[in-house]
Amino acid sequence: MNDFFVMMLPLLDSTLRVAVPLVLAALAGLFAERSGVVDIGLEGKMLGAAFAAATVAALTFSPLAGLLAGIFVAIALALLHGLASITYNGNQVVSGMALNILVAGLAPVLGNAWFGMGGQTPLLTSGGRFTPIMLPGAEALRGVPVLGPIYAEIISGHNILVYATVIIVPLTAWVIYRTRFGLRLRAAGENPHALDTAGVSVVWMRYRAMIICGALCGIAGAYLSIAQNAQFVRDMTAGRGYLALAALVFGKWRPLTALYACLLFAFADAVQIRLQGASIPGIGEIPVQFIQALPYILTVLLLAGFVGRAIAPKASGIPFVKDR
Amino acid sequence: MATSPTEIPRWVDYLLVPLVNLIVALLLTGLVVIAVGADPWEALKALVQGAVVYPGSVGSTLYYATNFIFAGLAVAVAFHAGLFNIGGEGQAYIGGLGVALVCLAFDDWTPWLVVPMALIAAALFGAAWAYIPAYLQAKRGSHIVITTIMFNFIASALMIYLLVDVLIQPGQQAPRSRDFAPEVWLPTAQEIAGWFGISIARSPFNLASLLALLCCGFVWIFIWHTRWGYEIRTVGHSERAACYAGISPSRAIIMAMLVSGALAGFVGFNDILGVHHYLLQGFTGGVGFVGIAVALMGRNHPLGVILASLLFGALYQGGSELTFDIPQITREMVVVIQGLVILFCGALENMFKPHIVALFRRRQVEAPA
Repeated sequence: MNDFFVMMLPLLDSTLRVAVPLVLAALAGLFAERSGVVDIGLEGKMLGAAFAAATVAALTFSPLAGLLAGIFVAIALALLHGLASITYNGNQVVSGMALNILVAGLAPVLGNAWFGMGGQTPLLTSGGRFTPIMLPGAEALRGVPVLGPIYAEIISGHNILVYATVIIVPLTAWVIYRTRFGLRLRAAGENPHALDTAGVSVVWMRYRAMIICGALCGIAGAYLSIAQNAQFVRDMTAGRGYLALAALVFGKWRPLTALYACLLFAFADAVQIRLQGASIPGIGEIPVQFIQALPYILTVLLLAGFVGRAIAPKASGIPFVKDR
Repeated sequence: MATSPTEIPRWVDYLLVPLVNLIVALLLTGLVVIAVGADPWEALKALVQGAVVYPGSVGSTLYYATNFIFAGLAVAVAFHAGLFNIGGEGQAYIGGLGVALVCLAFDDWTPWLVVPMALIAAALFGAAWAYIPAYLQAKRGSHIVITTIMFNFIASALMIYLLVDVLIQPGQQAPRSRDFAPEVWLPTAQEIAGWFGISIARSPFNLASLLALLCCGFVWIFIWHTRWGYEIRTVGHSERAACYAGISPSRAIIMAMLVSGALAGFVGFNDILGVHHYLLQGFTGGVGFVGIAVALMGRNHPLGVILASLLFGALYQGGSELTFDIPQITREMVVVIQGLVILFCGALENMFKPHIVALFRRRQVEAPA
């Protein structure tokens, strides 16, 4: 039991670390899709934000400036997606994919031109990134059985963005379900014509959702490049935007269930890192590539089997054309 | 798709509108070139030289274009069924695996047997890799965009495993298979020209390009002149209407994706049997995503796909030469152009089109009066 406990502590700790960008991206997707805009471009927005954050943090030595730059770039990309899907009634999936590809090309081109490091940004020293925060009393309480190590290992010692995410989740649930803004947002995604009849601008509603979506993706991207890691490397999002989207579907477009789905993916990822090189009794050593593919396989399986009837917001993906 | 009361000339829809979108995309690329501190005019010159002037460059351009025709047709066929197949990358990768397995097992047989077998294997493996997402979309309602992307990642993991642990050439460090016997290699354009006593520069341009043209003809007949194509297009327009007409949407979805996957698999045929002659890691290099740009620019029509593929072939070939001349510009610049083309030809297609259409309608109204 004690061995198990000791083994689980770092596993849960890394689950939390891995989950943060997934959760933020899933919530970003939630705002977009609940307002009726399908956003497959979470990946690109995160990647763009990661690049911007790392670049600005490397130049200014200020993680806060990096974070703001990341948020700014992600919002700009989100508004571009809004322009295509809200204003010009374009195909939203195509638009999202276009942004993903655009950013995947643009980030290494600019990175290479500015820093000459093959598309990477310079390694940040500790001043340029968000560093772990030791919560008060973490060391003093470590001796307390069970709760002490949990507090010291899992709850304490994360950077500010992790704690911000912990607050953002209930905040999102509150905004979506308990505020007038949230009600209208959901109406824009379920029945935009009713909202329009009530005298609320669907277009403006959806644009606001895209701004929030961009801001959340911006935090997620900045987390990747200036909190979890200390530089931007090409394709560093590695499909997280798509995993977040899958988590959103799996979580039936609800904040808390999406959070659980993200934690599940993150746990699979944390286990994946531990399993590499380990041999399992009776099977032997599993090839590392199969373990690495675990989150992706899990996604396919979850979407195929366990979602049940996932009912997307009714008007999600359908351009709103005002009745004449 | 807006239906216009007055006919606008078809060339406006099929040529002018994509051209305007392309020009806007290229202008924006010019801004990026300026942003990285290079001269866009010099870059364009170097690009054109690299794409068509240097010896062998035309052949390389055509080789790239061949890949893009396969990938573009794959995306286009899926689009006709209303599906967005982002998995061309993985399907091409697995198609290449099929080719390699056939060649590694049977390359001591006569090429007259092995090459067709490799061709069929490319199609079957590509189609099989597309079948699972198609089935899940048709029967379980899982979103095909997400599943095909996941299958790209899974294909990449699978191939690394196979190349590192199973198919690796004994005694070699690099993750690649052994070379196939030279008898089964597809003849290159240089060799074919040599049979007729013509000498041309060496390039990866090979017989698979003929297959690409045949595939264009096949797709044209399949989509517009068979009942299967009709079913696919009907489902693409409206699943409900298809149901009322007695067409099974899930059958059409699976059929479209099988054809799509097979077409993507042919990229492996061109690359593995035509150029590399051994299986290697990551030979697809983003071809599935170029396919999206090509299909959107080519308006999902084989002719348009050919034209767009030639353009992207030139961009890829020219782009790889460009890096030598202007070091600030890396290969990813082509990916930027790709993204912009998808954005303007696909997502923002309604931005310029209504204005262009209105312009022509006004002229038509004035002219007969």
